[in-house]
Amino acid sequence: MTLFLVKRLIMLAATLLVAAIVVFSVLEILPGDPALVMLGVSAQPDTLAALRAEMGLDQPAWTRFFQWIGGLMTGELGRSYTYDVPVSELIGERVVVSLPLAVMALTLSTVIAIPLGVIAASRHNKTLDIALTGAAQFGIAIPNFWFAILLILLFSVTLQWVPAGGFAGWDAGFWPATQSLLLPAFALALPQAAILTRVTRSSVLEVLQEDFVRTARAKGLSRNAALWRHAVRNALIPVITILGLQFSFLLAGTIIIENVFYLPGLGRLLFQAIAQRDLIVVKDLVVLLAGSVVLVNFIVDLGYAVLDPRLRSGGGHV
Amino acid sequence: MSDGLAEIWRTGLRNRGFVIGGIITVSFVLLAAIALIWTPYPVEEIVVTRRFQGISSAHWLGTDQFGRDLVSLLMAGAVNSVAVAIVAVGLGVGIGVPLGAIAAARQGWLDEILMRANDFAFAFPALLSAVMITALAGPGAINSIIAIGIFNIPVFARLTRGAALVVWKREFIMAARVAGKGPLRISIEHILPNISSVLIVQVTIQFALAILAEAGLSYLGLGTQPPQPSWGKMLNEAQTLMFLAPQLAIFPGVAIALTVLGLNLFGDGLRDVLDPRLRRER
Amino acid sequence: MKRLFLALATCVAGLVPLQLQAAGDGHLNMGVVLEPPHLDPTAGAAAAIDEVVYANVFEGLTRIDRNGEVKPGLASSWNVSDDGKTYRFTLREGVTFHDGTTMDSADVLFSIERAIATDSVNAQKALFEPIESVAAEGAGTVVVTLKRPTGHFLFNLGWGDAIVVGEESADGNKANPVGTGPFTFKRWVKGDRVELQRNDAYWGEPAKLATATFRFIPDPAAAVSAMMAGDVDAFANFPAPENMVQFEADPRFKVVIGSTEGETILSTNNGRPPFDDIRVRQAIAHAIDRKAIIDGAMFGYGTPIGSHFAPHHPAYVDLTNRYPLDLEKAKSLMAEAGHADGFKATIKLPPPSYARRGGEIIASQLREIGIELEIIPVEWAQWLEQAFRGKDFDLTIVSHTEPMDIGIYARESYYFDYQSEAFNGFMEKLASEVDEKARYAVMADAQKQLSEDAVNGFLFQLAKHGVWNAKVKGLWENSPVQANDLTEVSWEK
Repeated sequence: MTLFLVKRLIMLAATLLVAAIVVFSVLEILPGDPALVMLGVSAQPDTLAALRAEMGLDQPAWTRFFQWIGGLMTGELGRSYTYDVPVSELIGERVVVSLPLAVMALTLSTVIAIPLGVIAASRHNKTLDIALTGAAQFGIAIPNFWFAILLILLFSVTLQWVPAGGFAGWDAGFWPATQSLLLPAFALALPQAAILTRVTRSSVLEVLQEDFVRTARAKGLSRNAALWRHAVRNALIPVITILGLQFSFLLAGTIIIENVFYLPGLGRLLFQAIAQRDLIVVKDLVVLLAGSVVLVNFIVDLGYAVLDPRLRSGGGHV
Repeated sequence: MSDGLAEIWRTGLRNRGFVIGGIITVSFVLLAAIALIWTPYPVEEIVVTRRFQGISSAHWLGTDQFGRDLVSLLMAGAVNSVAVAIVAVGLGVGIGVPLGAIAAARQGWLDEILMRANDFAFAFPALLSAVMITALAGPGAINSIIAIGIFNIPVFARLTRGAALVVWKREFIMAARVAGKGPLRISIEHILPNISSVLIVQVTIQFALAILAEAGLSYLGLGTQPPQPSWGKMLNEAQTLMFLAPQLAIFPGVAIALTVLGLNLFGDGLRDVLDPRLRRER
Repeated sequence: MKRLFLALATCVAGLVPLQLQAAGDGHLNMGVVLEPPHLDPTAGAAAAIDEVVYANVFEGLTRIDRNGEVKPGLASSWNVSDDGKTYRFTLREGVTFHDGTTMDSADVLFSIERAIATDSVNAQKALFEPIESVAAEGAGTVVVTLKRPTGHFLFNLGWGDAIVVGEESADGNKANPVGTGPFTFKRWVKGDRVELQRNDAYWGEPAKLATATFRFIPDPAAAVSAMMAGDVDAFANFPAPENMVQFEADPRFKVVIGSTEGETILSTNNGRPPFDDIRVRQAIAHAIDRKAIIDGAMFGYGTPIGSHFAPHHPAYVDLTNRYPLDLEKAKSLMAEAGHADGFKATIKLPPPSYARRGGEIIASQLREIGIELEIIPVEWAQWLEQAFRGKDFDLTIVSHTEPMDIGIYARESYYFDYQSEAFNGFMEKLASEVDEKARYAVMADAQKQLSEDAVNGFLFQLAKHGVWNAKVKGLWENSPVQANDLTEVSWEK
């Protein structure tokens, strides 16, 4: 187990390092001079040179790479070119939008999907099952940003209940802030919920075939009791693993959904930083996002290993 | 062989998803094919004076903000989606399948390297990398195809490796080995034919995902560029016009959802039809 | 599913009363499209900086008012020597910066010297180029000596780039602006808003608003709903002209279409074949249908222009009929230039909708005369690097929003690469001419020269689509400079 853990940890670090190198070199060749972007069309050459020196852009690439990596190691993310504040501060301001959004979406999709999946399985091949499976197919097919647009059309344009975007801010109070995340979270949750419903359904169906459920039934437990007490609990293990794996989809989803609803989260920060050539912010963000995906996958892997000892020796998963 | 196909066809007709999905998929491809040679109106024709028209006999779904015919735009958008998806999935199959097959055949360090590289590619959310790629190379259809294609490579590499490993352990492979065939020859002659049904099913699913991804990138303004019509871009443009012409935000989305639904149903159906043992939810 | 929808519906319905409280007395939520990169107007070109802090937080020696006229700012009065080279400014007394320090001639000296220094990061350094020296005469007087008479000097001092900063606080202005204006900076929530509050120690007439918030909403769709929901009380320049009709029909809102200094042009690379051929440029001019562009891209808002000059300026000459829409003429000009079968070229389009939409329409119009344009959308960063600095473009669309900027056509190796002895002559004459009438005559000649040479495709003057709550009074209707001056803004009782 220890060997497995060490191996996985080394992998984790290696992945992050490769990610950092890739991101850095990609941004090195990205056209667009951040100093020019800041000074605009009437900038004089000497003004530009002064600003480039101030931003440290005149140093060779490898110096800047090691400075950056060194900074990352010590938790010093550098200063944003455009905002001139520490990047950690910027990211901190945005995480409080993106993270709650992702958590809300995850919660919503779980709360919707698991009961629906179990119900579908318990009515296997009956009308309700077919209807739910069909609905899930639709849910998977609908692009989340279009679903978001439809929600806006209904709730903002037609009913005029909510603004079509923007974030009230946590200091406006818990409820207003949560409300501005509600539609985005719902839009984000739909495709996830659809996938999760299908996974739950098939997982429960599989467990229902297994011996212990039959035994429980034979012992005189009612169908429903057997379902909820035994089948669901066991069926949830693969479901939870899938939930973990869906994290990276969710992360990608927030990038696009934040753009639809104009939420000041990490996704928008990334877009804005690319557009304004705030390279240091782009670098930090990409490594952070990739890092969190790798970390979640790592945790899921560990979960797998705990649940299924056979995998510990194998190293990879198929 | 023809008996086998006939059998598949008969099983297929009994499968609801296969039939419905097949019909949607075929009509989508057909529509795209027609659009290649004919659309009701030229899609690049801008006539500002006839913009925002509603549904009429002249324009079945009305016109957009530039007075372009919506049916024509949707048809041309289908061409775009098919083209992007074919190339992107083709890239994934063309590179991913050989990589996976080699990994399974050779095992050892090569396998390890390939699979680690795969893990790495999985670590980046696809959209994040697509955003980076298009930021680097500039937005455009080709760059978005590359971005989407890159994410199909690990998918197919993993799938091929996993499925091939199972086949390698089968007895008839042992027999082939004993007969003196090399790993390359065995891979081509025995392994790939035996995993083709798994691959075909995955292709339809990836095709649907590629269409979704292209729409997403174009919606963000990073994918297909004007004047080439694209469903995602149409949605992007429609969003500011939502108060003025809400229908513009509806039709392209319906087109995307319907196509993806059709492909998914078709893929699921195909899986059931081709190999009942593979009946597993994704 | 239905029950779920109902539940969702009831909980979002609770939002409505919440939005109403935002429109309380004495507070204004001002919507602006772009978030400034920082808040120091002396260290960046972004108009978004001025849109928040100009006249609200920072003031200069002079100020530009809502009509584009020069008014006394921190200088209560001035006199100019007869040779037009020496300006003597008398500073107001009792002016303090927001940090409590006194504003005097030392700060003015510091500000000007900082702007003209070699390591200055001022984006409009050219404005200060005529300055030979600055000196203080006591705490209350500043004397500026110029190298030569400069017609626009007092106007130039009214720009945001020429505001007076405090010697003690200048370095922190990017994140924490300290000025002398009627509002003090409270805080900035990045990606969302900047909050200001009334400066009770202001030297002049105090602001009527107690607090003001600038909200950054770049997405047009979000802007519409923010207005509709009352999250934002005013948008001085609304990003989506397509929605103005709807606001006009709504009695809650007031719509004011004003003018800006933005000449929107199809910038043409005069140095690159085939656009170095005047006949090709004239053919393009004949093929452009301005009305279709204004209707299609700006939904009817915008004034056609025929040269690089603002229609509301007294020296404006209407040249829109110099090259009337005439496809036959255009085609024969193309044939004359040896392009009877047309040619292929690219058009680079920056993000604003005037460019993206206008570009699509122009591409379809030029297709009529055989010019196949490949559309390349670019971010501002790429546009600046490639088109503006690298001159790597065939055509592009951009709005030149600086006031009175016809002089850019005389700049050596400017991005559209126009070279004309005749035009440069007009600009030289203009620099030394002081008589107003004579100046206007030269300006007219210059306009005609640009039109004659069909330097760029002159499209339209960008309109300012103001929309605000009908009860808000005192906002600027036009934008002679990029600013949202809130000094006189109040709520109707």
